[in-house]
Amino acid sequence: MRPFSYLRAPDAPSAVATAAGRPDTMYLAGGTNLVDLMRLGVAVPDVLVDVSGIASGTIEETGDGALLIGAGVRNSDLAADPLVRRRHPLLSQAVLAGASGQIRNMATVGGNLMQRTRCPYFQDVTKPCNKRLPGTGCPARAGEHRNLAILGHSDDCVATHPSDMAVALAALGAIVHVEGAEGPRTVPMPGLHRLPGEEPERDTVLGQGELITAVEVSPLPFPGRSRYRKVRDRASFAFAVVSVAAVLDVADGTVRDCRIAFGGVAHAPWRAETAEAALRGAAATEAEFTRAAEAELAAARPLPGNAFKVPLARNVLVRTLVDLAEAS
Amino acid sequence: MNGETHITGSEGPAPAPSPITADLVLSVNRERHPITVDTRETLLDTLRERLGLTGAKKGCDHGQCGACTVLLDGRRVKSCLTLTVTLDGRRVVTVEGLADGDGLHPLQTAFVEHDAFQCGYCTPGQLCSAVGVLAEAAAGWPSAVTRDDGTGSGVNLDEEEIRERMSGNLCRCGAYVNIVAAIGEVAG
Amino acid sequence: MTTLAGPGAASSVGSALDRVEGLEKVTGRAKYAYEYAPDDLVYAAPVQAGIARGEVRAVDADAALKLPGVIAAIWYGNAPRLAPAENAELSVLQSRRVAYRGQYVAVVVAETLENAVEAARLLRVDYDVEEHDVELRADHPGMYRPERVNPVYPADTEQGDPDAALAAAEVVVDEVYSTPAEHNNPMEPHATVAVWDGDGLTLYDSTQGATSVRDIVAPLFGLPPGNVRVVSPHVGGGFGSKGTPLSPVVLAALAAKHAGRPVKLAVTRSQMFSVIGYRTPTIQRIRLGADARGHLGVIVHDVFEQSSRIREFAEQTATPTRMMYAAPNRRTTHRLVRLDVPTPSWMRAPGEAPGMFALESALDELAFACGIDPIELRVRNEPETDPESGLPFSSRNLVACMHEGARRFGWADRDPAPGVRLRDGLLVGTGVAASTYPVYRRPSKASATALADGTFTVRIAAMDIGTGARTALTQIAADTLGVPPGLVRVEIGDSALPDASLAGGSMGTASWGTAVVRACEALTAALRERDGQVPPDGVEVSADTAREIGGERRFAQHAFGAQFAEVGVDPATGETRVLRLLGVFAAGRIVNPKTARSQFVGGMTMGMSMALLEESVMDREFGDYLNHDLAQYHVAACADVRDVEAVWIEEDDPHLNPMGTKGIGEIGIVGTAAAVANAVHHATGVRVRDLPIRIDRLVR
Repeated sequence: MRPFSYLRAPDAPSAVATAAGRPDTMYLAGGTNLVDLMRLGVAVPDVLVDVSGIASGTIEETGDGALLIGAGVRNSDLAADPLVRRRHPLLSQAVLAGASGQIRNMATVGGNLMQRTRCPYFQDVTKPCNKRLPGTGCPARAGEHRNLAILGHSDDCVATHPSDMAVALAALGAIVHVEGAEGPRTVPMPGLHRLPGEEPERDTVLGQGELITAVEVSPLPFPGRSRYRKVRDRASFAFAVVSVAAVLDVADGTVRDCRIAFGGVAHAPWRAETAEAALRGAAATEAEFTRAAEAELAAARPLPGNAFKVPLARNVLVRTLVDLAEAS
Repeated sequence: MNGETHITGSEGPAPAPSPITADLVLSVNRERHPITVDTRETLLDTLRERLGLTGAKKGCDHGQCGACTVLLDGRRVKSCLTLTVTLDGRRVVTVEGLADGDGLHPLQTAFVEHDAFQCGYCTPGQLCSAVGVLAEAAAGWPSAVTRDDGTGSGVNLDEEEIRERMSGNLCRCGAYVNIVAAIGEVAG
Repeated sequence: MTTLAGPGAASSVGSALDRVEGLEKVTGRAKYAYEYAPDDLVYAAPVQAGIARGEVRAVDADAALKLPGVIAAIWYGNAPRLAPAENAELSVLQSRRVAYRGQYVAVVVAETLENAVEAARLLRVDYDVEEHDVELRADHPGMYRPERVNPVYPADTEQGDPDAALAAAEVVVDEVYSTPAEHNNPMEPHATVAVWDGDGLTLYDSTQGATSVRDIVAPLFGLPPGNVRVVSPHVGGGFGSKGTPLSPVVLAALAAKHAGRPVKLAVTRSQMFSVIGYRTPTIQRIRLGADARGHLGVIVHDVFEQSSRIREFAEQTATPTRMMYAAPNRRTTHRLVRLDVPTPSWMRAPGEAPGMFALESALDELAFACGIDPIELRVRNEPETDPESGLPFSSRNLVACMHEGARRFGWADRDPAPGVRLRDGLLVGTGVAASTYPVYRRPSKASATALADGTFTVRIAAMDIGTGARTALTQIAADTLGVPPGLVRVEIGDSALPDASLAGGSMGTASWGTAVVRACEALTAALRERDGQVPPDGVEVSADTAREIGGERRFAQHAFGAQFAEVGVDPATGETRVLRLLGVFAAGRIVNPKTARSQFVGGMTMGMSMALLEESVMDREFGDYLNHDLAQYHVAACADVRDVEAVWIEEDDPHLNPMGTKGIGEIGIVGTAAAVANAVHHATGVRVRDLPIRIDRLVR
């Protein structure tokens, strides 16, 4: 690890003032991903700004019934929060599906959103990777890509975003609050994360020095049952092969509304808007769910080693919707 | 690629800077340690290489095995992903601090009785993690297998709950069955 | 006066004594290799080859050496020269050649760990690259027949006329199975603290054999073995990977010699995927020919596997096929190809673990083809004597294990139809497979001392890598002396103790136990001569089993077992979870039921992990095992392991050793993967012949 300076920021504006425009400066929160990447030589900051003391660790209810979740809230506190569990069990489930108890005790909401891909080539500095070193190539495409993207990837990058929490937030349409040199702004999920295009080095739409301060989750405009379903090789403590976050509102055998997002299939949490549109007003049947899933996945462009993810994503979504419909 | 050359190693954009240090006070097992640390030092290396507390183990150094688990302000964390420089004034408890004087922690006794380890290398992390699990369940924290009624009431640590909550601690000897039994006994 | 009740009077053997080092392990006091901290120590960080084949042209250490506290950067160009080694893996930094990606090509030594690691990162290595070949294929033109397979078995065997028998068989199973490369991944990565004192070298080393590390490392540095001491009281697992010294321990000693300071070197988890061995991937074609009632007429098992350019390691994958079942016609072959890959080595039950996956899967396919219960099929093909040698088995209780397991598991009501049971939304099925492991024993020495305070010390350079050896030897010594185990202190894990064979091949208890018994018998006799009078400095005797062990075998000797699995497969996702595992074993006398159960259950757990999760993925472009960490190389986590139980049947075999034991360290992993795969077939109707059985094999 390259030596680095360590600073503790007293507040968000001064953290931003320190980091803005300085690519050698990074924010440190829970450290579960950044310290790992520094040990791997993937992240080589000269300055670490510790924001864990300033990022709010509280969950507040706003006037209009939304939850304002501080960026510094630890994953385990978020998952255990009674308001979150009651209002957005999907979010609690997604957080609990990720990592391990120890890591959830360390990781924060802001850091979770900013975590980087676990693509094996990205994490191995002895190999090329367009995301780590733009222009060096993407060996995953011809190499090992079992766990990589089937949707929205580019010639330059087939990485997936590893977060479970972000998938739930994408389904819920959460608003990410950001502090930047120009002041605060908000970014609606799933818009925080980008598709790789020709700039796979950019995971998110945030600029250098922008700091996530909170995530706002409003009640959905419809009642519904929700579920986060994660498929992984190991029964626990593993990244998703495919996951789905779904909210379904069924009345009289008809889908009134729904929200669906996939994880593990793309460079960003994949909001399944095509499937959502197909389902609104459709019969809440397995056949309709399958039709909607296939409509969404028509855009999939799997690679030879991850073609199984297409039927897997379809089946997981259909199964999840069937379960939610039966419980309605 | 015959005949090609290939270079590995980092050129480094600038001459490598000298290590940067910081002074802080760390409480470990109820003892104050004023120390000067390299900013790059992890809590795991501080414990093992500087403070002579080798109970916490280095199994992967990347947060993927749990052998380094310690309690930080009462919560279980991975010491290999925790930079010591961030811990000024924080309280760390390692496996060496679980026993109360000569009296073993009930989990330590149960681990011996249930043969909840073989090589013993993951054991300190398993024990610290299990202490964390008991506290987390008592606080009503759910896990991925909790049938959540949203009330936040205490969690019954049945075998399925223990298995899920202990999954951040790998054991290659395969002592899981006994680990779950040992924790189950203490959890009641 | 010390009064010994004599052998037979006490019966610690057979009792569930708690692990004698348990307290040390739960309090964090048990010391592992890297935790020794001699004065003046410095840290070593190795540098790995960034190419799969070629030569190191130059090393530029300028930037690395400019870091504060960096003491040395050592590579071929400036490394101390070593004597030639039989195992080329040990000739570390002795050549410019790169035999595989990840091979150690340099090492940096610095005052702090942080600076050593950073200096290693900054070291620039310039290579001449040659084209590499890392792909194992059965039709690889480089396939050849090795002289022998591990350790000393013939590569090929043949009886009768297998081809004619296959042509004439009423029922034929002809299938290809494969197992991937798998890495041992003990929780404690290999580590060494090397301390030179003139011509003396002390190695605190994480190893399965202190004696053998001493004997192999000493000549490399031109030293007599007596100048080297290897200390390893606690070892955080090995599963074969620490069975023979490899490059890390040599590199540590070499770096310490060059630096003139004690050196600490720990292999990183990522480096564990290149420098310390692994289970070779295998491609196995099995052909079974039988009559309609399932009587085998022929078994053919052809194995294809790999080794590195610098060392031949030929795994004995087809050897269990030589002794498991009766068949007048039989052929087994092993073919090996040398690739630009890391050198494979021992991993828990080398040979048996992958070989029995294929054989026992094929038996299940034959049972299905014949419409015969898979247990009954095995009973029908039970041999009366060892099919290969014709020797009688000293004991063979496979059928008893099968029947006991069937009773406990509830096999009797099993509907053989595949893919028809849905329970709680899961497709459920059960499977069975046989298990076996050979009985090995090697000579060892031991000493036994009676102390004036009425206690006893037994010394032997045995190793406890988690097997419970220290506890078992305490019980064996106590019984031989006829005293309670609390009066016996067993000292192991140090090459300064009487020489012992390594912890491997499931032969520890048999080998060391024999020496301990003989030493304790001699001590008993010596005390009797003295009428039990123990002088102030004690009475010490020693034993050497070199003459006792060896010679022609009059019996075929193997442990046997039956593995039962119940799986649940999510029909939508293909996620497979093992709901129940039961192993029934016949392994001679069980010294300690508590630690023995842990060994069996631990092996079965690793077998489940092999069945469902483990695969080291070779990156064809770059030539290394790509998924080189524990987030990508999955081993079973706690949540994967639900109901795993191991039991054993009483087996009284007088032809084994003084304790009547067979090895138990490896048999637990043998057959587990086949039982799981057979259960998956029963659950889903899908036959998975390529491990691991992951989502992608089952999702439709």
